[in-house]
Amino acid sequence: MTIDLVVNGQPAAIDVHPDTPLLDVLRNHLDLKGSRYGCGLEQCGTCMVLIDGKPEYACSRDTGSAAGRSVTTIEGLGSPDNLHHIQRAFLEEQAGQCGYCLSGIIISTKALLDRNPRPSRSDIVSALDKHLCRCGTHTRIIAAVQKAAQMVAPA
Amino acid sequence: MSDALPLSILNNRHLGKWLRFQADRTVRLAVGKVEIGQGVLTALSQIAAEELDVAVDRIDILAGDTADAPDEGSTSSSQSIEVSGRSVRLISAELRHRILTRLAQRLNCAFEDLSVEDGVFLQDGAPTGHDYWSFASAEDFSRDIAGTALPKSPSSYKVVGQPVARRDLIPKVSGAAFIQDIIRPDMLHARILRQPSPGARLAALDEAKIRKAARLPIRIVRVGDFVAFVGEDETAVHRAAVAAPTHATWDGARNLTPDQQEAAWFRNQPSDDRHIGDPGPSPPGTVVSESYSRPFVAHAALAPSCALAEYRDSHLSVWSHTQAVYPLRNSLADILGLSRDQVTVRHAHGAGCYGHNGADDAALDAAIIALQVPAHCIRVQWRREEEFAFEPVSTAHMTRIQAVLDDTGRPIDWTAEVWAGSHVQRPVFGGTMLAHEALPDPPPPAKPNDPTEANGGGGTRNAFPLYDFPARRVIHHLALTTPVRTSSLRGLGALPNVFALECFMDELADRAGIDPVAYRLSLLSDLRARYLIENVADRCGWSARGPAGTGRGLGLAWSRYKNKAAYACVAVELEVDRDVTLRRIWCAADAGLVINPDGARNQLEGGIVHAASMTLKEQVTLDADGITSLNWQQYPIMTFSEVPEIEAIVLQNPDQPSLGMGECTFGPTAAAIGNAVAHALGVRIREMPLTRERIAAALVR
Repeated sequence: MTIDLVVNGQPAAIDVHPDTPLLDVLRNHLDLKGSRYGCGLEQCGTCMVLIDGKPEYACSRDTGSAAGRSVTTIEGLGSPDNLHHIQRAFLEEQAGQCGYCLSGIIISTKALLDRNPRPSRSDIVSALDKHLCRCGTHTRIIAAVQKAAQMVAPA
Repeated sequence: MSDALPLSILNNRHLGKWLRFQADRTVRLAVGKVEIGQGVLTALSQIAAEELDVAVDRIDILAGDTADAPDEGSTSSSQSIEVSGRSVRLISAELRHRILTRLAQRLNCAFEDLSVEDGVFLQDGAPTGHDYWSFASAEDFSRDIAGTALPKSPSSYKVVGQPVARRDLIPKVSGAAFIQDIIRPDMLHARILRQPSPGARLAALDEAKIRKAARLPIRIVRVGDFVAFVGEDETAVHRAAVAAPTHATWDGARNLTPDQQEAAWFRNQPSDDRHIGDPGPSPPGTVVSESYSRPFVAHAALAPSCALAEYRDSHLSVWSHTQAVYPLRNSLADILGLSRDQVTVRHAHGAGCYGHNGADDAALDAAIIALQVPAHCIRVQWRREEEFAFEPVSTAHMTRIQAVLDDTGRPIDWTAEVWAGSHVQRPVFGGTMLAHEALPDPPPPAKPNDPTEANGGGGTRNAFPLYDFPARRVIHHLALTTPVRTSSLRGLGALPNVFALECFMDELADRAGIDPVAYRLSLLSDLRARYLIENVADRCGWSARGPAGTGRGLGLAWSRYKNKAAYACVAVELEVDRDVTLRRIWCAADAGLVINPDGARNQLEGGIVHAASMTLKEQVTLDADGITSLNWQQYPIMTFSEVPEIEAIVLQNPDQPSLGMGECTFGPTAAAIGNAVAHALGVRIREMPLTRERIAAALVR
């Protein structure tokens, strides 16, 4: 059956079984590879996307349940040639090692800053506790979120 | 610095294999070391840019490619800057020298009159009309590398020693960047039904039920006891793999016992035993001894392993996040009965794991399927539980230290006795590849293996103390078998050994009634080590350290990685209630000449968090069927809210050779936490991880 979504602002009609994981649809049907597979268990956060502005795991989310909703992936925030200020903040802080966790973390950062433009360190770590980082880049990531909060988003 | 050429050059003497000038005014630098999140490609680019006098942005680096890049073995043991960095420096200096020598002849001027500015050649500061791209010719690359051109003096560095941003992070924060994201023509997705253990035989497989679970058409590829589900739809092959274990019957799977998950199990196992260091017997005196241990721990990369393979026109092309493209190519060729020329392995970025995880095994999976399904690109993606259950883990490790003390409570004789499985079982070192066990002609059992002491040791890594003790020895019991496959993980035996050594030093200091830092300094003549300890003790407020047993602890430890590489000292402040809460961590490191200070600090911080996670939380658990810690709830790692403020500084020591930084904080962090917990509690816990259960047990002792 066809499921209608809005992905990164564009309408998308996907012909899949409604219980197909949203992550598979984004990665394999729409070639949006920035949402990543880490566990399929909603435990690591590498698949995080915004659904109607809220951070949600895509790995075990049925695509059918997102019908008619607006989905934003890391590609919807900014591209290498036109990076979002949160992405720029992460690069300025060199807040990455392997980088596998970053796209999901940046998505959660977007949601956090949208609802709380001046988060405390404690607000930041609670928002990011859904995410794992194996390389131990946590302190830089926290600094990058603080920097993003201080930056003014381009008009 | 040794005059001998680095191994990377000795094994790859052709200059054109390393450097090339490209039409778009970039410089192709090809290296055998690969990016594993440690930022090494940026540092190597800085070194080439420095010696060639081109902007660092012009360096177009290719890493880990058996067709187009040199063979530098594996990316491991903090050797990339030490060996590859030194090689790139010598090679770049030599190429610059060859080209400018020829230009001096052409212009009939002195070599010294020439200079290079971002690749453009100047004579006495004026343009010559020549640059690398217009002037370099085949003859500049034809002779073997001699390694005799003099590199720049560190005092004239403009690029080396400066923080340089990593270019590879840009795609990683914005979209496709990893091996998992590669799209190839005719790509098919694959998942594996894993043989539960070596020697297990597939007695029955209900293919109809598996196809039904997949819901879309799949192929089932069987070679011996190796089974894969292959198809165009990734969701379908994933469903098949999730359903498959309940539709498969295996005979002859191994049975493990619960005691095998603890390091103490190794105390009673057959082993290769070696005595290293000073001969016995120990002199008379007060004898004290304690045992310390770490359990099996996982690499636990954030992404399960992935590989791509395609077999076209009798050639097998493989993409892998392996740390060792050439060794992997050789293993694949040998196992699959191909010649080495028939196999190309290319590195693609993966999730960080700091060791030998399932990457190589996934590559063999993909290659086996590719030979059965030629003319397609086979993409194998391991599942989360598959990664935890089947990646090689780091061996459990026990270290018992015995010291003979003099009248002042200081050691006059020191023995470290180590019981552990192999710390390195890469296929090239006698280890087995996972799917090989399931093929019709499985390999013989893996041979126990550890690096030699000259290469830093494995179980013995950092087992020798660097204190001024009159007699020191190590007894190493390398177990002949392990209950589960083991292989290399960041630091090998350094973390458990430094934990043992530096915790024992605190215990001896307490026993002697001497402050632990003063006690260490009274036994340590190495000036670089003394400087770091004093630096960190000063910054963490050591002199105001309170009494033990208040619930608040401050601990400190140091080591020189492999006893010959980078120095690091770490202090940890924490609180212990039911759990340990880290408050602040201070670190100072001395790794000689630092190429990229920002990248170096990133490595220190990452090593600290990784080690803290291992010390406080991590343990691979087993039952009769194998590993039972199969997801992030069963194998928890450090979270954002648990990570404290970290102040890591890198000393500038440009006159000393560059040393790798990725592993130097690992042991000191573990030991500093052990010492801080003992200070907070007033009692010592000697088994990692330092969990709530162990804290409770220690308090009722």
